[in-house]
Amino acid sequence: MIGDSSSREKAEAFLLREARLLDEAQYEQWLALFTQDAWYWVPSQAGQTSPRDTVSLIYDDRRLLETRVRRLLNPSIHAQNPPSRSSRIVANVTLETDRDDGILETRSKLLLTEYRRNRLRTYAGTAWHRLVRDGKAAFRIASKRVDLIDCDGELEGLVVPL
Amino acid sequence: MGVDAMLTHQSLRRLVEPGRVHRSLYTDPQIFALEMERIFGAAWIYVGHESQVPQVGDFVATRIGLKPIVLVRHEDGKVYALHNQCAHRGAMVVAPEAGNAHEFRCCYHGWTYHTDGRIKSIPLQHGYPACLDPKDPKLAMVQVPRVTSYRGFIFASLATDGPDLQEFLGYAATSLDDMVDRAPDGEIEAAGGVFKHAYNGNWKLYLENLCDAAHPLFVHQSSIEAAKAQADTVHSDGSGEIAVRQMRQNAAPYSFWESQVGIWTYTNGHSFLGDYHDDAKLVAAMNDPVFRDYIAKLEARKGKERAKKILEVRRWNTNVYPNLSFMSQFQQLRVVHPVAPNRTVVYTYNFRLKGAPEAMFEQTIAFANIVNGTGSLVLTDDLETYGRIDAGLSSEGAEWLQIGRGFTSDTADATGGVRGKNSTSEVYIRNMYDAWLTYMTGEGQPVRAAAQ
Ligand code: FES
Ligand SMILES: [Fe+2]
Repeated sequence: MIGDSSSREKAEAFLLREARLLDEAQYEQWLALFTQDAWYWVPSQAGQTSPRDTVSLIYDDRRLLETRVRRLLNPSIHAQNPPSRSSRIVANVTLETDRDDGILETRSKLLLTEYRRNRLRTYAGTAWHRLVRDGKAAFRIASKRVDLIDCDGELEGLVVPL
Repeated sequence: MGVDAMLTHQSLRRLVEPGRVHRSLYTDPQIFALEMERIFGAAWIYVGHESQVPQVGDFVATRIGLKPIVLVRHEDGKVYALHNQCAHRGAMVVAPEAGNAHEFRCCYHGWTYHTDGRIKSIPLQHGYPACLDPKDPKLAMVQVPRVTSYRGFIFASLATDGPDLQEFLGYAATSLDDMVDRAPDGEIEAAGGVFKHAYNGNWKLYLENLCDAAHPLFVHQSSIEAAKAQADTVHSDGSGEIAVRQMRQNAAPYSFWESQVGIWTYTNGHSFLGDYHDDAKLVAAMNDPVFRDYIAKLEARKGKERAKKILEVRRWNTNVYPNLSFMSQFQQLRVVHPVAPNRTVVYTYNFRLKGAPEAMFEQTIAFANIVNGTGSLVLTDDLETYGRIDAGLSSEGAEWLQIGRGFTSDTADATGGVRGKNSTSEVYIRNMYDAWLTYMTGEGQPVRAAAQ
């Protein structure tokens, strides 16, 4: 089972499910995909090695990620009034590691188009997921890193999760 | 007909009244062009910190208004601000954002420059007319005429004369002191990367928001409620802890803003919001082991008495008009770059307090992410607000914007400024318009009623 080709397919199916939850703004279900000590990271620099010594576009531990999701669902979030619609293409999924303790690492490409108030914005980059097996068919996200190609460029506010 | 002919001093003065300003100040391209010339072309503009260019040859790109500038340390040890433009046919010479160079070479025809901007060599020089004199100081990457630093903070002015930096800063310099004095070793360094966030709105909106104590309860309601409902028992590696506490702090009721927080303003448009974050309450809480360690180091270097005095200074945002807003207590510094009447980019830097525990810098980073970050749960609602103002101003509704809050209760301050009765006074906006009028027309006006 370890390293078998179906691991990659299962992981890919999981990533597609995650993207679908975000496209549909099912933020609570999205949050439920993460482990209790997960982190979610969008670096501010290409090749950034640490979220501790350098600022990040987003760096959430579990506590902040929960707060982020709660805010996204709060009716008074001005930056989502009107709400965005978003469309994610997740592709080029590769399995980077597949350990026998049940931990997998995937690399995938993300192309996200966000629509809000007559404007389209595009985000492109590479996502790195560290997944832990949770029972036979499912995974949990232990960490997720998204490297945007314009992470150090001049950006407008980032509200919808990548 | 030039811009000047259309916008006379008199017509500009009609746009600013004691308690209100005309909406065109935020939208009119001609006014924007004049601001770039008369404000950004005259005032001391923050261009960087000494620690960004520590070694000979170090350079960093910046801007003064719309003009691309290179800040560079020359072999004489001095820092120069050079117009990033080739004397030949105008190409931008220095392309990277930062680096080290012993000379600058233009990509187009290979003219090279010394790092103080003088011409070093011109290929095929025999082909140019004899009147092209490489010693001509205008035939150079032209130096910005005045560059001065105050305790490591570098300012430049495109005007050859005017008040010196010290006079320009006035009492606002004490906030820069606060930023540096907090370092046990008495030095700070820019570190930890930079945020660059953009919004569709006028540059003045940014400064007007940062000392606005009346907005958090409305603008930040979503993050306040989200943070308040957040269970403290959930796992945090420390970054979430600081962030959630900061968001909760924005929920302080108006009774707090109107009794414990003050706003102080000074000549040339500067201001600060103070007495807000008490170390005992907030981020660097007194019982936080990192902060205790820091205090011990500060006391060891400066003595107990002096350390106490340093930590007693409690300032939130200080605005140095027209392009700087910083948080001395939290080592954050933002530089405002106007792009167009309705477009602005803000660069945010962090500073490491030399001699403080490294964990303290990690807290600075976590704080930056939530307060100034591009994906912050707080700042993104401010950015949305700037966009809404810009959209609203294009309407044919209210012609005048009200900035009169606290107008009759502003009082003169012992340190030479004018303070609001409490922090929700709009005195700091009136004060910025006093400076605005002075730059734009040569003469201010009493936008601060009681003090005049
Ligand atoms: S434009 Fe720079 S060398 Fe010609
Ligand atoms: Fe705000």
